[in-house]
Amino acid sequence: MNNFGKSLLGLGMKKVLGLITILLISIVLGGTGHAKDIELIGAGATFPYPLYSKMFDVYNKEYAVKVNYQAIGSGGGIRQLISKTVDFGGSDAMMSDKDLAEASAPVLHVPTCAGAVVLTYNLTGDPRLGFTPDVIADIFLGKISKWNDRRISAINPGVKLPDMNITVVHRSDGSGTTFIFSDYLGKVSAEWKEKVGTGPSLNWPAGLGGKGNPGVAGLVKPTPGSIGYVELIYALQNKMPYGMVKNKKGKFVDATLASTSKAADTNLPDDMKVSLTDTDAPEGYPISGFTWILVYKEQNYAEKSEGKAKELVHLLWWMTHEGQKNAEPLEYAPLSKKAVEKAEKLIKSVTYNGKPMMK
Amino acid sequence: MKEPAIRRRIIADKSFKTIVVLLAFASILPMFFILFFIISKGISVINWTFLTHLPKPVGEIGGGISNAIIGTLMLITVSIIFSVPVGVLAGVFLCEYRKGRFAYFVKLAIETLQGIPSIVIGIIAYIWLVLPMGSFSGLSGGVALALMMLPVIITATEETLKLIPDSLREGSLALGVSYPRTILKVVLPAGLSGILTGILLSVARVTGETAPLLFTAFGSPFMNFNILKPINTLPLMIFNYATSPYTEWHTLAWGASFVLVVFVLGLNLFTKVVTRKWKVQF
Amino acid sequence: MIEKGRDNVSVELRQQLGLLTDSSMEDFLVRIHRRTMAGWKFGLSESFFRKILYVAGTFVLVLLIAIFLSLVVASIPAIRHFGVGFLFGTTWDPVRGEFGALPFVMGTLFVSLLALAISTVFSLSISIFLGEYFRGGAVSAFITSVIELLAGIPSVIYGFCGLFLLVPVVRALEIKLNVAPYGVGILTSSLVLAVMIIPYSASIGREVISLVPSDLKEAAFSLGATRFEVIRKVVLPYARSGIFAGILLSLGRALGETMAVTMVIGNSNFIPKGIFSPANTLASVIANEFTEATGQLYLSSLVELGLVLFMVTTVINIFGKVIIRRMGMGDK
Repeated sequence: MNNFGKSLLGLGMKKVLGLITILLISIVLGGTGHAKDIELIGAGATFPYPLYSKMFDVYNKEYAVKVNYQAIGSGGGIRQLISKTVDFGGSDAMMSDKDLAEASAPVLHVPTCAGAVVLTYNLTGDPRLGFTPDVIADIFLGKISKWNDRRISAINPGVKLPDMNITVVHRSDGSGTTFIFSDYLGKVSAEWKEKVGTGPSLNWPAGLGGKGNPGVAGLVKPTPGSIGYVELIYALQNKMPYGMVKNKKGKFVDATLASTSKAADTNLPDDMKVSLTDTDAPEGYPISGFTWILVYKEQNYAEKSEGKAKELVHLLWWMTHEGQKNAEPLEYAPLSKKAVEKAEKLIKSVTYNGKPMMK
Repeated sequence: MKEPAIRRRIIADKSFKTIVVLLAFASILPMFFILFFIISKGISVINWTFLTHLPKPVGEIGGGISNAIIGTLMLITVSIIFSVPVGVLAGVFLCEYRKGRFAYFVKLAIETLQGIPSIVIGIIAYIWLVLPMGSFSGLSGGVALALMMLPVIITATEETLKLIPDSLREGSLALGVSYPRTILKVVLPAGLSGILTGILLSVARVTGETAPLLFTAFGSPFMNFNILKPINTLPLMIFNYATSPYTEWHTLAWGASFVLVVFVLGLNLFTKVVTRKWKVQF
Repeated sequence: MIEKGRDNVSVELRQQLGLLTDSSMEDFLVRIHRRTMAGWKFGLSESFFRKILYVAGTFVLVLLIAIFLSLVVASIPAIRHFGVGFLFGTTWDPVRGEFGALPFVMGTLFVSLLALAISTVFSLSISIFLGEYFRGGAVSAFITSVIELLAGIPSVIYGFCGLFLLVPVVRALEIKLNVAPYGVGILTSSLVLAVMIIPYSASIGREVISLVPSDLKEAAFSLGATRFEVIRKVVLPYARSGIFAGILLSLGRALGETMAVTMVIGNSNFIPKGIFSPANTLASVIANEFTEATGQLYLSSLVELGLVLFMVTTVINIFGKVIIRRMGMGDK
């Protein structure tokens, strides 16, 4: 076994392996020493994910600050914020009293934009359908099970609807989109309110579950006869048809930037925790909602540095001001002037050790 | 003149063999399907941009998987650092003290550890590291992977060392070499191929792991060399992109799968070569 | 004056070594000896080193106990709230705070047992193929390598391929059968899982079958039995417990499989009604909902699911390994 002896005790292979190991370890340990690398970690809603993804990319190019946002659903954003494993959470579901109690410190809901939850479906020919509130509720309650049901064809007289089963697709994870959708259904259907209720995670009476907005779109797109609810941009980016919804004032409204903005043009409370569904605005899209960035009011927790808190506040300010120009191209409704004013007040109230970070 | 009974038995015998052969070849078909699809769909995506660029924002075309590749390598490094020293020493322990009662319980513990589903390991890493650290990190992901590598390394070390004849140990001890030195400089090098096999195989296994990383490494769209921060890996990226509705992302996922499969299968092949080349025959 | 031979080591020493080993080992040992004697001082005393070995061994034991305890402690809120009824609760409703494990237990059982049934047919064929008909040679090497490669493919890739290759097929089947065309669901997951677990039972089955003593088989042949009859009446009964152990190990693997299943199971938190239903397994529901479980009870219920999974897979794996060890095959 001389060869063995030579190769092991000889310096060739061993040295090379050793060098590789040292190189890898030094990369790993060396990277850890980069204290100046400010990275903000956020998690949460998939509803605004296309917008945030673009915003943070632009922000990174401008300010060299990394904002790592993982779209795991609004429920995830709330959970991780409460566990203090992230710097901010993203959510289109307002934190419940139970959540706020668990957080044990005040949490601000800073709005970033408004979006629309649309009903997207998979039918041959991609027809443009209209839906009324009760029909939507009954489809998702499992009471209307076929596409050519009388009630659907009554609203869509010109369309030939197939004799196909309706496959409902909903969210399998905790979702702000679900929150907005169920909030709407709770307002327009007493049966929904009683049987299912409102929340980010529901006990769905029927259907398939997809993870995140992408998951729902990913299931509706290839499944004939399916229907799901997603944020507008997901239907647009995937060229999927979506329906018009009859709003409170009786008008069939298409989900657009304009109709979403109209729905958002309502009385805004100071804490911006307001629901936009079933809007009174005559041209407003009835299944709209704000999405928020959730941050703790007092930023000195879990040994967070003041520098990091400053970066966070700066980010929030940018998102509600310069960053807003990224919203329109992606069909999200930018914040109205009133909304921006309220947001500014909220951001200015963020403190570090009791002192507000921004004047 | 064969009786009908015998003819029946012969027919049964021949049909059985045919069925077995058919089924055996049928079971390897999925392998070829998978490889075929990954290669055909993935190879067209691979280019320099793909391998060296970061992923693009949602819905935009282009982008690459560079951060996932680096992240995977970093995680492997971390998990090796955590699992190899402890694993090899524990394997030595099991071999040297194999007759004891204590070793029996340790073996039981290792077998149990090996069977733990990867998602449960993920829960543990979340409770032990992510919550106390207050952040997701590559470190917690690496520790989770190390937990999964440990049983394989220990078992491989133990089995390899058991195969080394006692005469080697005794010879070394008789020459006056101290016990620690005997183990570390005589016995272990002799078993190097087996131990290395165990390490490489466990690396090949955890490279493709996703479940424990879902709530530890967390993922990231950026390049990251800091192990205390979230990190992106190839399997995580494949999972996220594959379950999305964007066709551009699906294409990227095929490319990433290609890279991952090449890496894992290449590692398996490399392990075979190493085993054969460095094996000490007794 | 000590006579020095090759490598400056005394002839006597070489003779001593020669007595113990053959010449190739002798060279090796001589080099080792020179290195260790002349090399870098280790400075380790024996008792310290032995203590370190014990610490390493104990560490593993402690690790396992710590894992178990962590799971239990984190599940306590759920255990206290629901008690044993948790395992039989049929509702998983995060909104109302009602959590029951039965949908996932059933989903897991459904998917795993179906996958096991499908895979056993194939893995048994492979075992017989490799253990009896083609014990050596190119064909055997080829099939063995492919099976090993099958085991090496990461789970997420199985899920990915399952999602894009298998789901459309199942969807087309469902449309033909006039069932809801989900494409995902129990059947798809079982098929993907079956392929994944074939290597485990195949390799163990192959070992056991090839270890059947040839004199038993020769005796049967000499009595005029056909190959088929020998396999059916001698080989398989003899290897029965080993094959069973291999199946158990595959089952253990199937129960814990997460990624591939999560991607094709349809994510429904209800008790599955049939083979085309979407469902969730213990593993997939944890993967889906863990990062977002808001509320102590929700999170701790998920951890309790993990605890159940941990205990079930442990029992099955240990059972399988005990059988294997008792058959004297060594540890696999």
